[in-house]
Amino acid sequence: MAEEAHSEGSGLVFHPLDQFIVKPLFGEGPIHWYTPTNVTLWMTIAVLCIVAVFVFGTRGRAIIPTRVQSVAEVIYGFIYKMIEDVTGHDGVKYFPYIMTLFLFILFSNYLGLLPTSFTPTSHIAVTAVLGFGVFIIVTLIGFVKNGASFLGLFWMADSPAILRPVIAVIELISYFVRPVSHSIRLAGNIMAGHAVIKVFAGFAAIAAISPVSILAIVAIYGLEVLVAGIQAYVFTILTCVYLKDALHPHH
Amino acid sequence: MATETIAAGAAHGATETAKAGMPQLDFSTFPNQIFWLLVALVVIYLVLSRIALPRIGSVLAERQGTITNDIAAAEGLRQKALNAEKAYNDALIQARAEAHKIVAEAKAEIQKTLDAATAKADIDIAAKAAESSARIAEIRAGAMDAVTEVANDTAKELIAAFGGKADSRAVTSAVAARLKG
Amino acid sequence: MEGDIASMGQFIGAGLAAIGSGAAAIGVGHVAGNFLAGALRNPSAAASQTATLFIGLAFAEALGIFSFLVALLLMFAV
Repeated sequence: MAEEAHSEGSGLVFHPLDQFIVKPLFGEGPIHWYTPTNVTLWMTIAVLCIVAVFVFGTRGRAIIPTRVQSVAEVIYGFIYKMIEDVTGHDGVKYFPYIMTLFLFILFSNYLGLLPTSFTPTSHIAVTAVLGFGVFIIVTLIGFVKNGASFLGLFWMADSPAILRPVIAVIELISYFVRPVSHSIRLAGNIMAGHAVIKVFAGFAAIAAISPVSILAIVAIYGLEVLVAGIQAYVFTILTCVYLKDALHPHH
Repeated sequence: MATETIAAGAAHGATETAKAGMPQLDFSTFPNQIFWLLVALVVIYLVLSRIALPRIGSVLAERQGTITNDIAAAEGLRQKALNAEKAYNDALIQARAEAHKIVAEAKAEIQKTLDAATAKADIDIAAKAAESSARIAEIRAGAMDAVTEVANDTAKELIAAFGGKADSRAVTSAVAARLKG
Repeated sequence: MEGDIASMGQFIGAGLAAIGSGAAAIGVGHVAGNFLAGALRNPSAAASQTATLFIGLAFAEALGIFSFLVALLLMFAV
């Protein structure tokens, strides 16, 4: 309805959200849980890229690395150091899990920047699984490692006694909001950027505005390249922060 | 009437947006996305934890080891170089000391030879000088005798020439007195 | 464009929600500016705090994204 209003008004056609539609790869029809869709396609491409960089790129095991191998090593070192800095030494155990999240988000974001591609991380469903997965895993780790003393995370022992229950309620709410903001931040950022690019692309239909429109698209695209990396980084480092809370709830 | 149109419009809008709404909120695609996401995550996790991360970790560790070994080897070589330099310096000092010793010995030997030669020369010179002075004394003594004799003779001749008769004893004593004076 | 109060409400609401993006921009600017001020005062400590900077930026920006999301929901999903 909103789109109709747009298209009737000025002859411009805006479909900024059409790029996010999930379609079956082969033919039409209802989407079952097993149907291969464009989600499947782009996730597969992301997985293949990760395999290409991290398995085939490092096949040589060279002491003096090739270009691809040094990319893999830089990413490895970056995430490893991040986990070690934020969570301390006992967080290193969860390195493969955090690395999985980071690589999936990073490659999905960057592959999504290719024209006509599909971005899995722009979907709430995908990021919610990632975010709630982190939430559930981190909470389980917290209770398994610390038992009931994990609840000390919500009980600020160094605050005034009167405020403690209030703070505990606020902390509890903010703890349960974490996965929501964690997932919506990623999906929202990616979706917003892609939609803005599409809106500017819609303006290119008017000849007089099209150069400005293209310049704007280039600028926004540059910003999106930055955002794609930063959001992957932010998702990962927040995962590390939550993990630190689970491992050391009393700091 | 008005409320009816609004309700109708809302209903109309609802049916429309079911088609044109956000694809992110199309719940019929959720199982599909979640399923494939889990598949992708599991595949990435297995690939990373089984193959990629241990491999990269071992490569990094190996590189670290190689670097450490190289640094250790370099340290060893440096130590060796230092030792060699020290040995060289020691040898140099020793050689210098030996050279000094040799020079001193040579100097001492030369001095000894020189001293011996000097002593011999001194003895020779002394002997020669003594001989010479003896001969000089001899010559001088001989000369004195000759002078006395000549003086005596001359005096006798002079007396004879003057027509006197020379008492040879008196002449001789006179000459001797004269020669002494 | 026939009169339709419901859709008018949608558009007005979406426009109002978009103000939140500007508010988030102010927040992000505050975070980055204060980080820069602190970093210039003590450059040696700046490198160790970039992670904190990004976390702060992410929190500030997330709220702007929420308002953007509300606008989108009003436009396309209500």
